[in-house]
Amino acid sequence: MNFTRRNTLWMAMGTAIATVLPFKAFADVDADIAAFTGGADVGSEGITLVAPEIAENGNTVPVEVNAPGAEAIMILAAGNPTPAVGTFNFGPLAGSQFASTRIRLAGTQDVVAIARMPDGSFVQASQEVKVTIGGCGG
Amino acid sequence: MADNVTPRVRVPRDATAGETITIKTLISHPMESGQRKDGDGNTIPRSIINRFTCEFNGEMVIDVTLEPAISTNPFVEFEAVVPESGSFVFTWYDDDGDVYTETKEIAVS
Repeated sequence: MNFTRRNTLWMAMGTAIATVLPFKAFADVDADIAAFTGGADVGSEGITLVAPEIAENGNTVPVEVNAPGAEAIMILAAGNPTPAVGTFNFGPLAGSQFASTRIRLAGTQDVVAIARMPDGSFVQASQEVKVTIGGCGG
Repeated sequence: MADNVTPRVRVPRDATAGETITIKTLISHPMESGQRKDGDGNTIPRSIINRFTCEFNGEMVIDVTLEPAISTNPFVEFEAVVPESGSFVFTWYDDDGDVYTETKEIAVS
């Protein structure tokens, strides 16, 4: 096979698309994380994320986050069409930096929680949740 | 306008000063994500509650930003410190501009 200029260009384009596609969802997650942290380094101590290992119904998956001392906690679902799930901002009368809610998951994926501490540092925890029936009505 | 939106909140009736109490809130709301399609293949427009706040005597306890990935009938559980007697004000902000509020009194001994 001769590598003409046209062939080479097509091959390069194909490779580029093939590389980009699987990471599109992750790029969204990274963008959301960057928007929250401002690109700061993210540690892993001092935050707990409780989510079930297996969720039969992706429409209501109970999750709990707890990050003592945090100012705000953001929850992301890495495999959802839009990864953002919600942000909890704790005021002066918050009894603890704990919150629990129910979320939708489109399929088996990682759930990520990131907390912003008062000193400007960030911590993150993530857990994989296996979903039997997805929760996006597809 | 989402129909039959009813907030439900559980707050203890009394507490001691400085005690940390657990509050559970739930509001019945379809939380239409904007991802689903109806029988004809048309996208059902997004209609969710995008913000929830809880204040105690004017001071913020928690301020939650909700995205479409929060389940139908959004449930939020959190903890608050009660320094004195007063009232909790819970506010939900709907996409269509509606605001739902609920007030709960607590007596501190």
